[in-house]
Amino acid sequence: MSSDTRVPSAEPGSEPGTTEVDAYHGLELYRRMLLIRRFEERVYLVYLQGEIPGTLHQYQGQEAVAVGVCDVLRRTDWITSTHRPHGHALAKGVDLRAAMAELYGKATGCCGGKGGSMHLGDPSVGMLPAIAIVGGGNTVVTGLGLAFRLMHTDQVAVCFFGEGASNEGAFHEGLNFAAVQHLPIVFACENNLYGASTPFHLTSLVPDVAARAAAYGVRGEIVDGMDVLAVREAAGRAVADARAGAGPILLELKTYRFAGHSRGDVRGYRSREEEALWKGRDPIVRIRERLALTLAEDVLDATDAGVEAALDDAIEFARQSPLPRAEDALTDAYATVISREPTP
Amino acid sequence: MTPGTPPAKGGRRLNIAEALREAIAEEMRHDEKVFLIGEDVGVPGGFGGAFGVYLGLTEEFGHERIIDTPISEKAIAGAAVGAALMGMRPIPDLQYSDFLFECMDELVNQAAKMRYMSNGRLSVPMVLRCPVGTANRGAQHGQCPESYFVHVPGLKVVCVSDAYHAKGLLKSAVRDDDPVIFFEHKLLYGSKGREQAGGMDLTAYVPEEEYLFPIGRAVVKREGTSVTVVATHMSLYRSLAAAEELARDGIECEVIDPLTLLPLDEETIFASVRKTGRLVIAHEDTLTGGWGGELAARVAEECLFSLEAPIRRVASHDVPLPVAPVMEQTVVPSVARIKAAIQSCCGG
Ligand SMILES: Cc1ncc(C[n+]2csc(CCOP(=O)(O)OP(=O)(O)O)c2C)c(N)n1
Ligand SMILES: [Mg+2]
Repeated sequence: MSSDTRVPSAEPGSEPGTTEVDAYHGLELYRRMLLIRRFEERVYLVYLQGEIPGTLHQYQGQEAVAVGVCDVLRRTDWITSTHRPHGHALAKGVDLRAAMAELYGKATGCCGGKGGSMHLGDPSVGMLPAIAIVGGGNTVVTGLGLAFRLMHTDQVAVCFFGEGASNEGAFHEGLNFAAVQHLPIVFACENNLYGASTPFHLTSLVPDVAARAAAYGVRGEIVDGMDVLAVREAAGRAVADARAGAGPILLELKTYRFAGHSRGDVRGYRSREEEALWKGRDPIVRIRERLALTLAEDVLDATDAGVEAALDDAIEFARQSPLPRAEDALTDAYATVISREPTP
Repeated sequence: MTPGTPPAKGGRRLNIAEALREAIAEEMRHDEKVFLIGEDVGVPGGFGGAFGVYLGLTEEFGHERIIDTPISEKAIAGAAVGAALMGMRPIPDLQYSDFLFECMDELVNQAAKMRYMSNGRLSVPMVLRCPVGTANRGAQHGQCPESYFVHVPGLKVVCVSDAYHAKGLLKSAVRDDDPVIFFEHKLLYGSKGREQAGGMDLTAYVPEEEYLFPIGRAVVKREGTSVTVVATHMSLYRSLAAAEELARDGIECEVIDPLTLLPLDEETIFASVRKTGRLVIAHEDTLTGGWGGELAARVAEECLFSLEAPIRRVASHDVPLPVAPVMEQTVVPSVARIKAAIQSCCGG
């Protein structure tokens, strides 16, 4: 595999907005999804070995959403993310080594060890530090869109959030304001059925978040979030419309998180049958099966091996990287340090 | 046993999570107007609240009084305020104190002001439990926002650090006729935080029989004559550790847990300062605008001529919280920093 550990952000092999992607492009989508899946699985193992501080909210099962949406974005477009940002970060092109090192709390991490798992991000690839306040991105993203318009760029911003966040006032205020201002924004709601332990049906009489778009005069669309090509197709249209001044659009991507809400969640609030049903729709298995119709098995296997090698490299990089210096904690609160000399 | 005196022995050892659970269960049995409302509090097979404090309560009290909500802090706090105005005694839950900022209006503009605006005819009896403190969770999941609320007339602010006082104070808070913001430190709940809390034993004796501990009373955790140290939460335990080390050098610290920050037990603290002539304040909340500044001002106003040295504050540095442990430990008060402040206060 190439030594470039950055996941290429969209260099579309075909026009966004069409379901048809050529085999090479399909393979690239598969590779990115697998990278996220294996990233999460391997991160969990090293977490259990005590190599990663803090907590983890993982993305297994939802890979088609991040990869399908980010595939139709340019590097200059921006995304906002949540407490569950690993997949979004890798899909938007945050450097794999830097993402891994950030989880390890190392100086070489994409936030210098200040952010950690819940705040992955990198302005140079168009990703704000992930916002771990549920609904936090839904209002901030309107400012990104407003700035793009005021600066006469054709950039687009995508706000990722969960169905749980759609019950925050911020979701409603952000969507309404974006609507009335026709901002170039795609609101991408990942409906994985649960907010922590709470099923969505206990918290909303409207089962589809997309239906809420009507209340704000916005187009809302339900998408199979377990099918990367369907996600890519819908996101392609939404992003193109937003770029053309017909935004915002609310996409609801029906998906499922295969892991617990955070580490240590034994998932007592949902049935193993339900989990098995959704695992039967595994987005990575689905695209691999499709690709196997046209690509030789050893091409796919080589891709798998490449992903593993990239992760070996990233973990080794994170392990070998230096810790931040203790005094680095005191910089970056302001552009120039204004706080008084610390007390002992 | 006199209320407010932890038993030397007898009772059972409980951790704070267990003590809080008992307090809530007792109050719910005692008064049918008490109910719980919040995120992930009673879902079957769920978490029993973000830190497991409510586990088992739904089985006893049912979903009518243990109410699971959408992720809607404004609605949770607003519903609590409204129900309290109608005479109920809600216990709303927002999971982490960092999310208090989602419902500042309900707390600061509504809960805190209804009694006053109604010329004393309305009450807002509610208790909002809020986990605070760093635990490698970064800038948006580790803040100690106590001081924001100390600034709000109409609210009461409590910080508990051990199971005995947690239980007694929570029961008093539920029965109090004013809104109480009740801060607990994540690393002090019990077995889970034990390692991160430096292997401390986080259990305390809690009597079998019912007791209340009054809001507005501080406790002296360790008697001493050289210097008064006022500290909460993890800073309290770090101060106690520093005090043990300093005792070897002949510095005898009097360590006080204020327990209630608003209203503050000035009597206990001033008496101690008049005895020792020195004051060190330690908290994990950031320095500038922190409650330690308010306490320092009051001591300066009332006890200046008893002071033999400048008051010293040890607080988190004025930056957001980083996640990397090396940096996090730099930001929050350590035993070493507290010890150095005490030594400098004592002229060492
Ligand atoms: C304002 C706020 N309230 C509560 C939380 C605690 N919390 C973290 S994640 C979460 C569930 C979020 O559910 P959802 O939006 O569906 O996203 P998912 O976890 O399913 O990806 C909750 C309640 C938070 N981080 N921020
Ligand atoms: Mg969800």
